[in-house]
Amino acid sequence: MLQPETAKLAPGLKPHLKEPSENLLLALKATLKRDLVLMLRRRGEVLNPLVFFALVITLFPIGISPDPELLAIIAPGLLWVAALLAALLSLDSLFRSDYDDGSLEQLLLAPQPLSALALAKVAVHWLLTGLPLALMAPILGIMLALPGGSYVVLAVSLALGSAILSLIGAIGAALTVGLARGGVLLSLLVLPLYIPVLIFGAGAVQAAIAGDPVTAHLAILGALLAVALMLAPWAIAASLRISING
Amino acid sequence: MAFDSFAEFIAMGGHGPYVWSSWAITLLLILVLVWHARVERRQLVEGLKRRARREQARQQQGDSQATLYPVDQGGSS
Amino acid sequence: MWSFIHKLGSPKWFYRISAKLQPWFWVAAAGLIVVGTVWGLLFAPADYQQGNSFRIIYVHVPAAFLAQSIFVSMAVAGLVFMVWKIKVADMAAAVMAPLGAAMTFVSLFSGAVWGVPTWGTWWMWDARLTSMLILLFLYLGVIALRGAFTSRDSASRAASVLAMVGVINIPIIKYSVDWWYTLHQPATFTITSRPAMPMDMWLPLLIMVLGFYSFFIALTLMRTRNEILRRESNKRWVRELVEGAK
Repeated sequence: MLQPETAKLAPGLKPHLKEPSENLLLALKATLKRDLVLMLRRRGEVLNPLVFFALVITLFPIGISPDPELLAIIAPGLLWVAALLAALLSLDSLFRSDYDDGSLEQLLLAPQPLSALALAKVAVHWLLTGLPLALMAPILGIMLALPGGSYVVLAVSLALGSAILSLIGAIGAALTVGLARGGVLLSLLVLPLYIPVLIFGAGAVQAAIAGDPVTAHLAILGALLAVALMLAPWAIAASLRISING
Repeated sequence: MAFDSFAEFIAMGGHGPYVWSSWAITLLLILVLVWHARVERRQLVEGLKRRARREQARQQQGDSQATLYPVDQGGSS
Repeated sequence: MWSFIHKLGSPKWFYRISAKLQPWFWVAAAGLIVVGTVWGLLFAPADYQQGNSFRIIYVHVPAAFLAQSIFVSMAVAGLVFMVWKIKVADMAAAVMAPLGAAMTFVSLFSGAVWGVPTWGTWWMWDARLTSMLILLFLYLGVIALRGAFTSRDSASRAASVLAMVGVINIPIIKYSVDWWYTLHQPATFTITSRPAMPMDMWLPLLIMVLGFYSFFIALTLMRTRNEILRRESNKRWVRELVEGAK
């Protein structure tokens, strides 16, 4: 029973099996590798949020005003909101394809704890969505005349914050993966929960512009990430079970 | 009494529209919620009774009793 | 204790005991709300600063209290349902959500109306109003998620998970919004927090709060009974009940 499933989870690994407890690391590695390979083969899905991010940022100067002084004031909030929406956009596909082809059920049947495997999937999602968004944000910051001295803080706060966004968002994605029109519902479920991250993330950038210390903001983001890391995997696992068995 | 006359009470010192609209919406919503719960209950009980009668009628189909419930034969749940 | 919980979990027993409790709560709710209304509108003295517009407090604050308490109750009911599989808890959670959303709406509406004489505008991004607005979205998310599933069991479990995730987030959202507000709007007059209210202003408020809580309990009992009739319509005891009532 164990053998074929592990083999399916880890196409690159030989199915020589040890005890399930020792296999946790193996399973985690296999899940990470599998998801990375799958996502890198579907480059469009990885690029979509980034293009969306850039496009939304382009809309604002057109819609509001090209005046650099005005843009500089609203830039931290704009960049954060746009990045948050781009991360939200990518959430629906987090479990969707695995749900459609049945590999999510295999994940549920695996002897390793589902919360750990789900965490590995979320980590890949962050690596290919949150991190690129964080690295791209400073470039868009230049276009929005973001005052100097805040670029590093922008990238760091987005990198930390988007990890929280991925974790919380994965709960919503797991709850709605079995629903036909889950996409719209997903944003309703997840966006209210994103507000504290937005407040402290954008707050960090604004503090950096004002010349205030930013460690407090980043520390709170880190604390939120720690709480999310502790609690979210269980909620994701429970939600996946509901979506699959229900 | 905080007011000397009824007109003063209605005017609420110039804040009448605000005070009265807040209270009206709140109390109206409470009444609507109660009314909705009562209607819901009546409909559920009636549905259950209709179903009980229909099942009784089905059991007695063929008997002379069955004609006592002609309306319920084709009724929906 | 345990046998009590399991007895309470039986819909039949709950239906019977709630029939006895319900009238008391309705009487308490009606009596307290009538007394509070007359006292608050007619006898409480006008506020030295806001004049008579402060009388909105007697609907605004009880509704706001209830809006937050109902979300917590809903999450507790969800936890009870998930841990002990007590169906009545889920029925209660299902009927609480619309009531909570209604109370959130009432407190938002009365807060906005109160804003006109106090701030001179219908809407201000005040910390309390903003948290209430987010709470409304959380309620709408729970209601929408429950409605989206076709299987009742999945809907119940998904709504329970979301309510629990929401209730963990509510304090975080509340504190972050408070922090955000003090950062952007220092020393603005908040409508409800005031030092040492005199007794004859404060007592009617307490009566109204108690009245609203009684109303919440009474309505939840009544609608949970309806929900029992709906979901248990195939059980023998429900049929006997109906035949007896004929």
